[in-house]
Amino acid sequence: MSILVNRDTRVVVQGITGKEGTFHAKQCIEYGTNIVAGVTPGKGGQMWEGKVPVYNTVAEAVEKEGANASLIFVPPAFAADAIAEAAYAGCKVIVAITEGIPALDMMKVKRAIRDTGARLIGPNCPGVITPGECKMGIMPGYIFKRGPVGVISRSGTLTYEAVWQCTTRGIGQSTCIGIGGDPIIGSRFIDLLKLFNEDPETELVILIGEIGGSAEEEAAEYIKKEFKKPVVAFIAGRTAPPGRRMGHAGAIIAGGKGTAAEKMAALREAGVHVVESPAEIGSTVAKVLGK
Amino acid sequence: MKVHEYQAKELFKQYGIPVPRGKVAETPEEAKKIAEELGGNLFVVKAQVHAGGRGKAGGVKLAKSVDEVYEIAKKMIGMKLVTHQTGPEGKLVRKVLVEEGLNIEKEFYVGMVIDRQTECPVMMVSSEGGVEIEEVAKKSPEKILKAYIDPALGMMPFYARQLAFGLGFTGDVFKKAVNFMTALYKLFIEKDASLAEINPLVLTKEGDLIALDAKINFDDNALYRHPEIAELRDIHEEDPLEVEASKYDLNYIKLDGNIGCMVNGAGLAMATMDIIKLYGGEPANFLDVGGAANAERVKNAFRILLSDPNVKAVFINIFGGIVRCDRVAEGVTKAAGELEVKVPMVVRLEGTNKEQAMEILKNSGLSFILADSMADGAEKAVKAAKGEL
Repeated sequence: MSILVNRDTRVVVQGITGKEGTFHAKQCIEYGTNIVAGVTPGKGGQMWEGKVPVYNTVAEAVEKEGANASLIFVPPAFAADAIAEAAYAGCKVIVAITEGIPALDMMKVKRAIRDTGARLIGPNCPGVITPGECKMGIMPGYIFKRGPVGVISRSGTLTYEAVWQCTTRGIGQSTCIGIGGDPIIGSRFIDLLKLFNEDPETELVILIGEIGGSAEEEAAEYIKKEFKKPVVAFIAGRTAPPGRRMGHAGAIIAGGKGTAAEKMAALREAGVHVVESPAEIGSTVAKVLGK
Repeated sequence: MKVHEYQAKELFKQYGIPVPRGKVAETPEEAKKIAEELGGNLFVVKAQVHAGGRGKAGGVKLAKSVDEVYEIAKKMIGMKLVTHQTGPEGKLVRKVLVEEGLNIEKEFYVGMVIDRQTECPVMMVSSEGGVEIEEVAKKSPEKILKAYIDPALGMMPFYARQLAFGLGFTGDVFKKAVNFMTALYKLFIEKDASLAEINPLVLTKEGDLIALDAKINFDDNALYRHPEIAELRDIHEEDPLEVEASKYDLNYIKLDGNIGCMVNGAGLAMATMDIIKLYGGEPANFLDVGGAANAERVKNAFRILLSDPNVKAVFINIFGGIVRCDRVAEGVTKAAGELEVKVPMVVRLEGTNKEQAMEILKNSGLSFILADSMADGAEKAVKAAKGEL
């Protein structure tokens, strides 16, 4: 088992004919992802790279190719529209890689798609991977290995770092999700912890947080009450000064709230193994799993 | 993006939000002329810098005559204003806002942000105006009233009524308060603001509600659809190195330490700063070189890092994912060679083709200090900055 995506996932790539879309769609196919269609409005009828049919709308890709998940590489000005289109066409998992979507667009689109039953990951994220089955994102596939650890992270390269520390110790992953660095994102820690709680393959979850917002505190509360598996966490940004945005739009300490210290304390209180150093994620996971 | 108070007030006027009469001046002569045009015998001169806490720092002064306006403006323009938000070096005052003085009956607070928890806009009001709102939130949170606004509905009148009644307004002032909040919401949404704050909002003895101060920040991601807002950017208010970095699409924030950091990805960049501190060092900056760490980007990043004279060592920490490590190593070698970097450079590369990358660095003829893990790199960078390596 795994969560969100597996070998039955039939992916449509929105923005497949663009530079980013083309590059990463190729990488996904190479990994083994089942990309069944592409969408670029106005380019319907083409054959992308001679093998994947391109449609004008997501609805057509769903109807004709049975797509049930969408991977989005559309530029920021058009991304909210693309997310809504995928949700209303019936895609159940939507991964938005796009960076730089206006916050008000995300606010509107997230509310709008609530009733469609679609699960949105991102935006401004590396995507989702179930090792050996399906890679829906821009992460380097080779660093992953199948196994018992679930990963949920607000960051991209820091996720790779944590995963690599596990893989090099022989510890694999069930599903890894980069949830994105924006203030308003489709799925928060808590949404995915609930899925991991029910996944029999996942024995432990790594949670990688950042300064800003209160999603880590919210996760801590849930873990304390209901989560059945051990959690190892790292929070980036202990040295970040208040009021300065650390790259990600969501990573900012505002009005004295959202500091790493508060988040670490809340997680510790919930029984989470919080590591001080990003270099100790893999070794802590190994220790907790008894490997 | 931040804008000046006078720019925020111009926007307020366009949306029918009442502000004191006044204009911005760049010289004491201009300031005097504005005061003469305003008439009356009470004026306020306000330093225009992007920082809060101006009042306590001497950046807001009352004047009783046009000559006094001239004298105050003369002192204020060109001074370095040091507030709790500017850092010890302060900010150069280039402009002052000259306004009419008002007969203040009572001060209030109005603020608006996007609430991350509920994912909708929230408008906050308080009868405790004119003081630090964080203090009010800590000591007496019940004195801050909030309305979480359903973005699909927008600012329905009941939200505004709830807040205006909550502040104890009645009659004519109540109506003015409802109009004020409705207009503020409209401005916030139409211009893609990320924060708006009016502290204080004043009730005058004449029964008018006026925004005495005005602060508004805009969502950088939405500036593409508001060229008129993008034009309000004042690069004098930003760190020159950060402005330079943004030209090359590099995400750089200057800090006070002496270890320059060059990292790919915001999360890993923060984690790198953290681990340097764990080993007893101080990072000189946050720098995200982005996914494609090619020679050109690395070179620009080096130039920006090294123009900070405090930097005694550089720590390059790159996770080569889709961009292979050997390509990153070629870029680092080329950039460091061309720029003749003098400070020690600790390099840690992880990912595809790491071994080839290490060979390239070793054979480059440059004195890179190689690290085989993040922890090892941090430890070596801290030692190098102390001159112990």
